[in-house]
Amino acid sequence: MINLIWLIPALPLAGFLVLALSGGRLSRSQVAWVGCGSVGTAAVTTALVAADFLPIFPGRESYHQTLWNWIDTSGMTVGISWYLDALSLLMVAVITGIGFLIHLYSAEYMADDEGYARFFAYMNLFVAAMLTLVLADNLLLLYLGWEGVGLCSYLLIGFWYREPEYGTAAQKAFIVTRIGDTAFAIGLFILFTQFKTLSIQQVQSLATEAWPVGSNLAMIVAVLFLIGAVGKSAQLPLQVWLPDAMAGPTPVSALIHAATMVTAGVYLIARMHHLFTLAPLVQEIIAVLGLATLLLAATSALVQHDIKRVLAYSTMSQIGYMFLALGVGAWSAALFHFLTHSCFKALLFLAAGSVIHSLHHEQDIFRMGGLRRHLPWTFWTFLIGAAAMSGVPLITSGFYSKDWILWSAWSSPLSHRWIWFGALFGALLTGLYSFRLIFRVFFGEVRTQPTGEPGLAMRVPLVVLAFLALTVGFLEMPHTLGNVTLFSDYLSHALPAMELLPGMDESHEAREQIAVTVAALLGIGLAALLFLPGALFPARWSDQSKDRPSVTLLQGGWGFDRLYDRMFVRPWCSLTRHPGDILDRGYEWLAVGAASCHGWMSHTQTGHVRWYAATIAVGTLMLIGLFAM
Amino acid sequence: MLSTPALVLSIMLFGLGLIGLLSRRNILYMLLSLEIMLNAAALAFIAGGARWGQVDGEIMFLFILTLAAAEVSVALGIVLQLSHRFRTLDADAFCEMRG
Repeated sequence: MINLIWLIPALPLAGFLVLALSGGRLSRSQVAWVGCGSVGTAAVTTALVAADFLPIFPGRESYHQTLWNWIDTSGMTVGISWYLDALSLLMVAVITGIGFLIHLYSAEYMADDEGYARFFAYMNLFVAAMLTLVLADNLLLLYLGWEGVGLCSYLLIGFWYREPEYGTAAQKAFIVTRIGDTAFAIGLFILFTQFKTLSIQQVQSLATEAWPVGSNLAMIVAVLFLIGAVGKSAQLPLQVWLPDAMAGPTPVSALIHAATMVTAGVYLIARMHHLFTLAPLVQEIIAVLGLATLLLAATSALVQHDIKRVLAYSTMSQIGYMFLALGVGAWSAALFHFLTHSCFKALLFLAAGSVIHSLHHEQDIFRMGGLRRHLPWTFWTFLIGAAAMSGVPLITSGFYSKDWILWSAWSSPLSHRWIWFGALFGALLTGLYSFRLIFRVFFGEVRTQPTGEPGLAMRVPLVVLAFLALTVGFLEMPHTLGNVTLFSDYLSHALPAMELLPGMDESHEAREQIAVTVAALLGIGLAALLFLPGALFPARWSDQSKDRPSVTLLQGGWGFDRLYDRMFVRPWCSLTRHPGDILDRGYEWLAVGAASCHGWMSHTQTGHVRWYAATIAVGTLMLIGLFAM
Repeated sequence: MLSTPALVLSIMLFGLGLIGLLSRRNILYMLLSLEIMLNAAALAFIAGGARWGQVDGEIMFLFILTLAAAEVSVALGIVLQLSHRFRTLDADAFCEMRG
């Protein structure tokens, strides 16, 4: 069964081809069957492969499959070849599993949209590209998937292409992530010129042999890869595309945020961890960037008016936690948070989609309220998702993963105390903004009348994801609480475990966990005090006071958009505006010169035969003279 | 050697033909001048062949003869068409293809 691994990316790709080539000849239900079926079959195939692969783990930790040679020139062989290990199997399981649930949900959510087949075609291609990315055995194939993911995000964010605003958001996402991709590509070129191979495993083992820790080349390549990861995962300073990326349909946001695009950067760093351990300084930068992003995004999420924007900022913030964990060397903790985050963030987006769906595409949380009784399914699942994201202790998955990250930030030799404090403050903010959403949307008086609960195809994914958001955390529990280590045992086959600082014992861990618990609960309590209808301290600053400069600053994501606009977009636009374009000016001169030359030359075309004969004679004489000399 | 006066003759003939081609306005005379130039070139080949004792010169002469015949048959057809359309044989009148 394990040799079926090629089917996993091939199935969604086939689904894409069928949908794209059918040219609108399929009925809606056929489209839904093909779109969901291809990803669903991929998920089943993943389960079969996993069932074959997991028992042989201790003896053989990875499985290769080469289908054919893609490029074979002198000195470079690149194969279409897959690499399966604990890390890629985890990613594949999440992508196909969560991806299938999102597809199922979309079958109903998009039912009235005219671009139904186009939507599923793009979604299938998205999943196929992401699977290629995580299963790739060499960096070039990985890059193919990487770019495919970028392309699909562009297509899907701009899915409603008749709105110029959405098209702009799509272009922004495409261009901003392209900056990262360029850096990533340069990193690839450096690695190839150094080691003459692009195989991920070979490159890393050669690099560990050839480069001492902290050597210049290792640092440069690690930084270039980091820029690539930062672009895809929407971390500082390339985070500006993500809040706008929610212009696409809501299931797209769920797919981008939970299972595919933004996690690609986390995967890249985890996959190349040997390289990053060669550059401790870069690892420190990753941790600091993660922390900065998570605080920036969490504070921005506090004051957003659009329900999907809140969730978009929360994704940036949670991915910030993952980067923080990667930076302090807690590879498994980062991926554990990836796993739990995929479940609860997909859940939150889909539940938000259900809210939006029943309110006739209303996204402003200040025009929502009191939906608790009208949409009970949505309410309870949304509540579970928000609880998991804020890390409500003991019962939610988010607690276990976030606690693991914070414990790593406390106990890792690569970390500092202030990183931990920052992350703790982030945990408090997470509780605050998640429950602000709950209290605004589901409590209080009804402001917009909902049409009613979603149907079965939307409810099933919600319930399944809610179940996962509660239970996935039990795969890994800290020493103080049962000491379950299923997840870290599993990932230890692919990623090294983190070393603890000397002197870290269970009493430290217990104290640290109490701090995390208190922070999360404090955040939720604060939200209740501020945002619950009839609250003790009604929070005016997040309501109507748009004119306050501090609130405006936060709403605009700390003004990065405006800064980039001033620094890059406007100067560039003014350079390239039509009449005053510097680059065009040169070519215009060339054209004018050519035109005047042509004007002169055309005078020689008199139409007189004798004139032509004379010029031929003179020309021949000149040539003879030239050779005679 | 015989070849030197022959070459001088052929240069003179070629020059005369060229001058005729450039100075005449009547297109029939221009064709005649072209024929003179072709024959001058053919004479130069014959002289060269005789000078080196090679048969190539005569072969080239045969080629040029064929070429001249073909050229005249095509050119006379064009001349007929031109005179038919413009009612004149003045080459300078046929300058509609100026750039």
